[in-house]
Amino acid sequence: MSVITVENISKQYIIDHQRGKGVNTLRDVVAENFRQWFGRGKQVESGLTREEFWALRDVSFAIEQGDRVGIVGHNGAGKSTLLKILSKIIEPTTGSVRIRGRVASLLEVGTGFHPELTGRENIYLNGSLLGMTRSEIRKHFDEIVAFAGVEKFLDTPVKRYSSGMYVRLGFAIAAHLDPEIMIVDEVLAVGDAEFQKKSLGKMRDVSTSGRTILFVSHNLTAVQALCNKTLFFEKGRLVEQGETNQVIQSYLSKVSKTRLVRQWDTPEEAPGNDLVRIRRVELIPEYPDNTTHIDVRTPMRVRFEFWNMMERANLNLSLHLNSLTGECIFNVGTQSLPYGKGLIAGECLIPGYFLNDGSYTISVMVVKDTVTPLFQLEEGITFDVEDYREGVAWYGKWPGYVRPQFRFEMEALEEVPAK
Amino acid sequence: MKTHEVVIQPGRAERHYWRDLWRNRELLFILSMRDISVRYKQTALGTAWSVIRPLTTMLIMVLVFSVIAKLPAEPGIPYPLMVLAGITVWTFFANAFTQVSNSVTLNANLVTKVYFPRLIMPLSAVAVSFLDFLVSLGLFILIAAWYRFVPDWHILFLPVFMLLALLAAFAFGLFFAVINVRFRDIGQLIPFLVQVGFYVCPIAYSSRIVSDKWFYKFYILNPLVGIIDGFRWALLGEKAFFNPQSILVSVLMVAVCLAASVYFFRKRENTFVDDI
Repeated sequence: MSVITVENISKQYIIDHQRGKGVNTLRDVVAENFRQWFGRGKQVESGLTREEFWALRDVSFAIEQGDRVGIVGHNGAGKSTLLKILSKIIEPTTGSVRIRGRVASLLEVGTGFHPELTGRENIYLNGSLLGMTRSEIRKHFDEIVAFAGVEKFLDTPVKRYSSGMYVRLGFAIAAHLDPEIMIVDEVLAVGDAEFQKKSLGKMRDVSTSGRTILFVSHNLTAVQALCNKTLFFEKGRLVEQGETNQVIQSYLSKVSKTRLVRQWDTPEEAPGNDLVRIRRVELIPEYPDNTTHIDVRTPMRVRFEFWNMMERANLNLSLHLNSLTGECIFNVGTQSLPYGKGLIAGECLIPGYFLNDGSYTISVMVVKDTVTPLFQLEEGITFDVEDYREGVAWYGKWPGYVRPQFRFEMEALEEVPAK
Repeated sequence: MKTHEVVIQPGRAERHYWRDLWRNRELLFILSMRDISVRYKQTALGTAWSVIRPLTTMLIMVLVFSVIAKLPAEPGIPYPLMVLAGITVWTFFANAFTQVSNSVTLNANLVTKVYFPRLIMPLSAVAVSFLDFLVSLGLFILIAAWYRFVPDWHILFLPVFMLLALLAAFAFGLFFAVINVRFRDIGQLIPFLVQVGFYVCPIAYSSRIVSDKWFYKFYILNPLVGIIDGFRWALLGEKAFFNPQSILVSVLMVAVCLAASVYFFRKRENTFVDDI
């Protein structure tokens, strides 16, 4: 029996492109209407253009009871929009969804947590927002507290919690929901490794008890570990669905296209916001001895240029190198230095004999005052590192993400003379 | 276990909306408790503020309008009592109105992340102002006792006027709450409306002094005139000026506005998440 039937769901957004404007005020709209009625040139003059954007387009699928369904795809593929429609938060533009059973959606950890309230009060607040009754919360209260490990801080306002405690408490509440269908978005992306393992385990327990799970994640390892079926979205369309391993294989083969340069010529079309816009990201391999592709020996430079639109700001760059499955291999940052308006470039050197063979993505982030992320270009660059070995007769897959050549020597301590 | 089926379609108003709302009454309670307990966190004086504020407003009022401007009190009623009765119900209305207007935008983080009947937000916003109102009503009774002013049977009508003030605040606030989602101008407009309302309504003065003016028939079109006069009449008795016609206007206008703004809210609530 299908517990979720989705038929031809589409979601359209109308985007107002208006330069340098965030929130629309009444004055803007009045002025705009005024201009349109009495002005000659309409849209060009006002700097306001409208664009239709389909976040989801004709998506249909069915989910059986007890399925654990992973949803994968790039940013902007429509995964979150789908989850929000299934959670009744947004309305589809066309199509219909039929859901049988109680749904709990977990689109964020600790939804509605109020910083001034204590952990205890927030458990009740968040629990009832997620659809638990007070008696259900009371019944699970001790388990939640124990799972999150916050016994000592129950009567402390959560604003004094460490971010780890905050996340643990949020997840613990959600994990003790007792719904028939659970919708989870990227929750595992937070928290320390140990807690991630714990929560993944908890999710597996939930799924073996016959409940249905929908799980969006960038972390393909987590999807593989948890889900038996997977949906792959691209630009608002469902491009493939089926057994997890099979779908993930084709997802990987689609995304693993080497893309070493991305460039935007004018700030208007460049990704970013009112503060910074990205001009160019480039990976420049320094091929040794006539090689023409990147292998484990190749040193690389990552060059990055962006427009700074702020008068004066302390900026630094932060670079994440991720595996294709979404795990971060390293994160490096530059010094924070004051800059005025204009074009700024940064360069990072990744030495040869560092990355193991595999596919990687690089995302770059501009940070203000070392703490405030202004903009992150995710998956700016995608590239493959080929294998290269010499002096080894073994050709199995070399394990690990890195392949450093650390000093590692042997010596004979004692020699037994041959007889 | 009973399975329940949900159908999601564009433009489909939730069929069981009111039942859903009733099911979520615990959430309503918890959100109200949140607003109440957060209210005076990290203040030294805490709940005392809900006494200090109406009291100082009354003192200033007495000083400005009675001592300096020499506005007449109702015959037989001490001026401070008359003002305090007006301030009590007005403050209740104004706070509830302001909080309802801001209720959806203040809970933007919830609107974008969970589903619940959106009407819960304005409903829970009323709680804080109602609590404040009870405190200042207690204050009024204390001060009335000090003036040896004992309310009579009129006080039986007090709940009626309280309810009317509440419904009026809810009806007007709800309308602005919807517009506020799209146009944050409302945030600027509300304090201004409240300020104007303070002088337009019979708070620092009695409606008696305008009752023989040519514009009186327009004056009572303001639904709050009837509510404030009625509230005073219920607390202070026959000596307070009260025109039953004005309350008729209030009841009619509040009923119409309430129906209209609930309809408007229901019509727009599914688009909140796109605009907020």
